[in-house]
Amino acid sequence: MGAIAFHPFVLPFSIGVVFMLTALISRFILWKKKLPFADNEKIRNGFFTVKTLYALKEVFRESLLHRRMHRVNPLLGYMHMTFAFGWFLLILIGNIESRLYSGSEFNLPYYPIFFQYFVHDKTGMPLEKVFTYLMDMLLLFVLSGLALALIKRTNSRLLGLKRTTNIHKGDRIALFALWLIFPFRLIAESITSGVYHQGGFLTDTFGKFIDELLPVDQLVVPAWWAYSIVLGVFFVSLPFSRYLHIPAEIVLIFLRHYGLKPSKKFDHFSQMELFSCPRCGVCIDKCQLASELNMEQIPPGHFFHSIRDHRDDKEQAFNCLLCGRCEEICPVGINTLDIRVQRRHEFQVQDNKIQFPYLVDGKAQHAEILYFAGCMTHLTPGIKSSMIRIFEATGLSYYFMDEQGGACCGRPMQMAGRFNEAKAMVEHNQNIIDRCRPVIMVTSCPICLKSFKEEYIINAQLMHHSEFINLMMEKNKINLKHSGLRVSYHDPCELGRGLKVYNEPRKVLHQLSDLQPVQLEAHFSLCCAGSLGNTVLTNPQRNELANRTLDMLLENDPDALVTACPLCKKTLAGSNRCEVIDIAELVAANLILKGEPSRVLRTPMYSH
Amino acid sequence: MINFGYTSNKDRQIVFDENDRSVYQILQSKEPSVDICIQCGTCSSTCTTGQFTQFSLRQIIVNIHRGEMDFINEDIRKCMFCGKCQLVCPRSVNTRNIIQVLITILN
Ligand code: SF4
Ligand code: SF4
Ligand code: SF4
Ligand code: SF4
Repeated sequence: MGAIAFHPFVLPFSIGVVFMLTALISRFILWKKKLPFADNEKIRNGFFTVKTLYALKEVFRESLLHRRMHRVNPLLGYMHMTFAFGWFLLILIGNIESRLYSGSEFNLPYYPIFFQYFVHDKTGMPLEKVFTYLMDMLLLFVLSGLALALIKRTNSRLLGLKRTTNIHKGDRIALFALWLIFPFRLIAESITSGVYHQGGFLTDTFGKFIDELLPVDQLVVPAWWAYSIVLGVFFVSLPFSRYLHIPAEIVLIFLRHYGLKPSKKFDHFSQMELFSCPRCGVCIDKCQLASELNMEQIPPGHFFHSIRDHRDDKEQAFNCLLCGRCEEICPVGINTLDIRVQRRHEFQVQDNKIQFPYLVDGKAQHAEILYFAGCMTHLTPGIKSSMIRIFEATGLSYYFMDEQGGACCGRPMQMAGRFNEAKAMVEHNQNIIDRCRPVIMVTSCPICLKSFKEEYIINAQLMHHSEFINLMMEKNKINLKHSGLRVSYHDPCELGRGLKVYNEPRKVLHQLSDLQPVQLEAHFSLCCAGSLGNTVLTNPQRNELANRTLDMLLENDPDALVTACPLCKKTLAGSNRCEVIDIAELVAANLILKGEPSRVLRTPMYSH
Repeated sequence: MINFGYTSNKDRQIVFDENDRSVYQILQSKEPSVDICIQCGTCSSTCTTGQFTQFSLRQIIVNIHRGEMDFINEDIRKCMFCGKCQLVCPRSVNTRNIIQVLITILN
């Protein structure tokens, strides 16, 4: 190699890298200092364990290969993969190549980047041809991703995205720099190859082509300058643009493996999640508010951006269904719902007074089953009476905790971000439940169930009535006959995505009816729009959404629509387009009771 | 004056015209559906909080409409936010947002 290879054009690149690393590391140190002690402890304890290896594996899969993104949208996944993995391989193989050539383990960091400029004749180097071919191949790979990125910007529909994120000022510089990096590299390498003929199938061919048109030998140095400058610009702008997501996601993956979790408050973990969002835009089409009501600013891709830019995000924070469709699809696995509620909390009036002085100890009674109907179920008496019939059919003892009405479970308050108030209700109900000492606790409302699971400490098997019915069926405590109905099932958001109960209601329905598939179900089911998570949506807007959801659910023209949530039932029944029944009502109407002739189906319990 | 052992009550007439209705106006701008409330009381009759107290959303709406703001601030904090009122309201008033907006503007 002789003298140290150097040319002033390596400076923009080198300065950029040093600047970026300094900015990122100092930012990370500042951030880590503010972490609560317990979280820092978790990181310390996890660092030298196998968790780090698992985290590395996930970093490889997600940050480089973008596996989850592939699953969500293959073209978009490919695009992200070419940039991340393609570039990574270019750096890795470039490093190996330059080290093999120089025969030394130490390299100046810029050396592999500008290798093609410094070295024109690799004869004698091991695997010389293979490397030349490989590097050209990788460059082509990245360029194909770039082509997709350009298409995404000009016509996102071709990539299966109806809507995509728009570019903001700060990101624009970084984005253009990133786009220019690889074409400039191609040009620089091709021009050099036009002079020295050392390139591979891509750069050599392209070089020859340029040679025909332009005086290549004068262009070599300017071309490398241009390449170095765009690299430098990208690195300098990275810590201040959305590309911060690249390092942030890596950190986030490690933190998750060390056991850090989102808390109730908008804290440092939330910030790391926020910065990990690449604004890929996948959540935008999934959000019914964006796709049906043109509320484009609501999905996390935009919402997070407002928070990051310190713009007013109050409207965005409150106008969300908390349906979880965005969280389910997010390829980075960001807890989008938690962040939404944390932000709501920030906007709420913090009140430390005792909230509900009128809540005095309620009546408690021990029984095998404790039944909590919930506020919404009180508005659908058919579900209540069906549950009572089912309990009686099982022969187990039960106590109906809120038969005469009771306090709310606290979840609507929780979702509104008023945590102190929610806590007061939780304490009230917790006290009654503790005194009841049930074996099984059943609720008819998935919203309550979610609250019981997350906010309460319940020493009993806690389940939704659909799970309870399934359990009783499996234990032969109840027997069901076929109802003869063709039904479609609507997954309530809180029960499905919220609590991952997808199978039990379906198992029950298979026993009872002819269950029809629908286009979007289970994880991908649509929200009925009744959600208590949203306070702002107007009634016409809710109706519009509910009707779109019904369009999808009624595609197969079922005899009845079955759901497992009183609020979904009420919302979907509101438009009078079909019969909407709760799974408990269908079960109660088709119970085979011992010693009693089986009842005729369709009892008048299908009240709306 | 001769003391006959009784007094006359203070004038209890309320002059609504003199009341400050600004809270209602703000509420109206932030949650326009408050305007279509017919004060039927369906919300109050189903209200979860109403089982425990005298709390009545209908009354709150009426009072704010008239500019009678006594106790409103304490009262709205009794609501449990359960959403029953919203489902039963025959006029589809966005009841929970009324509470939410009031809590924000009264603090
Ligand atoms: S929240 Fe998730 S899905 Fe939405 S833009 Fe960010 S990374 Fe993509
Ligand atoms: S939770 Fe639902 S409504 Fe809210 S942003 Fe996500 S997809 Fe949209
Ligand atoms: S139910 Fe609706 S219309 Fe009736 S008083 Fe309540 S808010 Fe007003
Ligand atoms: S949301 Fe408040 S006002 Fe409405 S029914 Fe529930 S407790 Fe009553």
